[in-house]
Amino acid sequence: MDFLNGLVALANFVLIPAIAYGSQLALGALGVTLIYGILRFSNFAHGDTMAVGTMFAVLTTWGLQAMGVSLGPFPTALLAIPFGILGATALVLLTDRYVYKFYRAQKAKPVILVIVSMGVMFIYNGLTRIIIGPDDYRFADGERFVISARTFRDMTGLEEGLALRTTQVITVVTAVVVVAALFWFLNKTRTGKSMRAFSDNEDLALLSGINPERVVLVTWLIVASLATVAGVLYGLDKSFKAFTYFQLLLPIFAAAIVGGLGNPLGAIAGGFVIAFSEVGITYAWKKVLTYFMPPALEPDGLVQILSTEYKFAVSFVILVIVLLFRPTGLFRGKSL
Amino acid sequence: MRTVLLFAAVAGLILGTGFLQSWNSALLILNMGLISAVMALGVNLQWGLAGLFNVGVMGFVALGGLAVVLISMPPVGTAWQAGGGSILLGLVLGAATIVAAVLVWSRTSGKLRGWGTAAVLLIGLVVYRMVLDPAVESVEAVDPALTGYLGGLGLPVLLAWPVGGLLAAGAAYVIGKTALGLRSDYLAIATLGIAEIVIAILKNEDWLARGVKNVIGLPRPVPYEVDLQNDPAFVERAAGFRMDATTASTIYVKIEYGLLFAAVLILLLVLAQLALNSPWGRMMRAIRDNETAARAMGKDVTARHLQVFILGSAICGVAGAMMTTLDGQLTPGSYQPLRYTFLIWVMVIVGGSGNNLGAVLGGFLIWFLWVQVEPMGQLLMSVITAGMADGSWLKAHLMDSVQHMRLLTMGVILLLVLRLNPRGLLPER
Repeated sequence: MDFLNGLVALANFVLIPAIAYGSQLALGALGVTLIYGILRFSNFAHGDTMAVGTMFAVLTTWGLQAMGVSLGPFPTALLAIPFGILGATALVLLTDRYVYKFYRAQKAKPVILVIVSMGVMFIYNGLTRIIIGPDDYRFADGERFVISARTFRDMTGLEEGLALRTTQVITVVTAVVVVAALFWFLNKTRTGKSMRAFSDNEDLALLSGINPERVVLVTWLIVASLATVAGVLYGLDKSFKAFTYFQLLLPIFAAAIVGGLGNPLGAIAGGFVIAFSEVGITYAWKKVLTYFMPPALEPDGLVQILSTEYKFAVSFVILVIVLLFRPTGLFRGKSL
Repeated sequence: MRTVLLFAAVAGLILGTGFLQSWNSALLILNMGLISAVMALGVNLQWGLAGLFNVGVMGFVALGGLAVVLISMPPVGTAWQAGGGSILLGLVLGAATIVAAVLVWSRTSGKLRGWGTAAVLLIGLVVYRMVLDPAVESVEAVDPALTGYLGGLGLPVLLAWPVGGLLAAGAAYVIGKTALGLRSDYLAIATLGIAEIVIAILKNEDWLARGVKNVIGLPRPVPYEVDLQNDPAFVERAAGFRMDATTASTIYVKIEYGLLFAAVLILLLVLAQLALNSPWGRMMRAIRDNETAARAMGKDVTARHLQVFILGSAICGVAGAMMTTLDGQLTPGSYQPLRYTFLIWVMVIVGGSGNNLGAVLGGFLIWFLWVQVEPMGQLLMSVITAGMADGSWLKAHLMDSVQHMRLLTMGVILLLVLRLNPRGLLPER
């Protein structure tokens, strides 16, 4: 019984939150990694792209809620995602047309593009704050739990409860669908194959008649969609705040680099590595450990390695370890 | 010529603030402009001279601020008795653990290597936490509303400026050792991360600098306004300038700060110019422009990069110490990457990367804009909303969002300069 209780506590406090967070990070890191693979620069504006897409989705959600539209048990925001994607895509394509295209034509050095993306980051961040404001917004509605801790206890008779929030289930399901669709697209369609070819060897791709502007356009479309979906899922799970999204840049980049920049599969793996370590290291293990250990060995303290405020330190340390021992990332991304 | 004209223009802007708004705000802009110029000088050394992409300026600036607390605040005796020694012991044990782990890793091989290192780290962590945690708890329990931290050394506050540079240099050494020599994007992410970690430590380690409870009332290198107002000689002299004592005292204090900051800026600027034009500076630029060629010429690229990275970060640390001294308080919650990292980058790019005078100019100009965009935005918004009904929802929202205009403006300025004049206002010669 103790063993089962321990497993349930582990699932409730570590596994489920980490899987949900990992899916969100993976979607974000996919966007970073695609930009890196095709456009060949680290996009510092990615966190704010997520914020912009999410902002459009939040505004649409509020509009839909005001009109009385609802999805029953599901959050209304799911209906708003397409609008968010639309908004983010429009903004990103405008940015590409008026900002990035110039430097692409010049064949500017990647680091110049990074600095340019810093400017874009400022603008997106300002836009988000001007349009929706800098505060914390919650926009999740519908049923809060698939299984609440109490129902679970009643059902199984265990001491520990297992709460499964709707947003967590939606996050994982959406992430799986989106990732499957992305890989299908990259591997099976003509456009996707041309994207991969472009990423592998630009000159060869150009020689074989691939239109670079089209590849770039499709990349931005996909990146804006991924960013919006990731942002909305994160916002549903937690809440929407412009500054938090900016800060997500660090774990997202860590995930992309840990997996291997430019490698989509690596981005997903990296997202989960970062999420599991972040949750695992900042969780107080006392509760779980007491179930697994004989009473004599029960820990006195919280057995929390680092307090939650240091979660950035975790992504950072993992990043450093990977950089030191395997600079190309777990999945051998592009290395210079 | 261009240099003189542009500097005169910026001086004109600041003087204009003095005539149109008030001399107090003009001097405030000038003082923060001086500090920003020092930060820009540091970043310019790294980016302009060596092409290193450091986006962790905020962390080094905050370390400088920490130095002010550690140097100038009086020590809290009861807190030291409660657990100061144990905290120091804990920190030494933590450092020893890392050294031991590195030793085990480098001296062993095979299976023993991984497990041995992990075991050393784990045991070290447990011992470290066992020593540190109770000590921290008892220190933080000492009069938490007023102190609850160890305090500083009680030394003169000006000493904190070079120490701030040293702290930043130490952090830069550790980051540089790991991330330099890898790709430039990796250095960027690593510095971004370390800056967040420094801020997290300042916010959470209450025993160190009171965390988010802030340390206020830091000693000042200049007299207090109140003392001046009570000094009959000063009041008389102020009357000679036809000023009332209150205004005169605030302006006098700001001018003294300004002179101190200007002295630091001029010293660093002269040093930076000498470095730029020395054989060392030529070598750095050669490395920046063609790393492979420089390496083929026998230059140790990684070591030089480490050197310049430490120097630039140290300058940012000095600037951070100066800023905290000016504020008179350390408020970890106020450090925002957009303001302390990316704004400095805008200064360097706009001023002209690779040109020290350009970085200084950019520091003054962008800081002036950063301060003045808000009133300008207010003006703009009231023109836009003039036709709207009072109390309408949109009008209120637009007026509220004025304060966020500056981020947008800075982004637009950065993009425009990069597009139209990528070498900045004062290009590198």
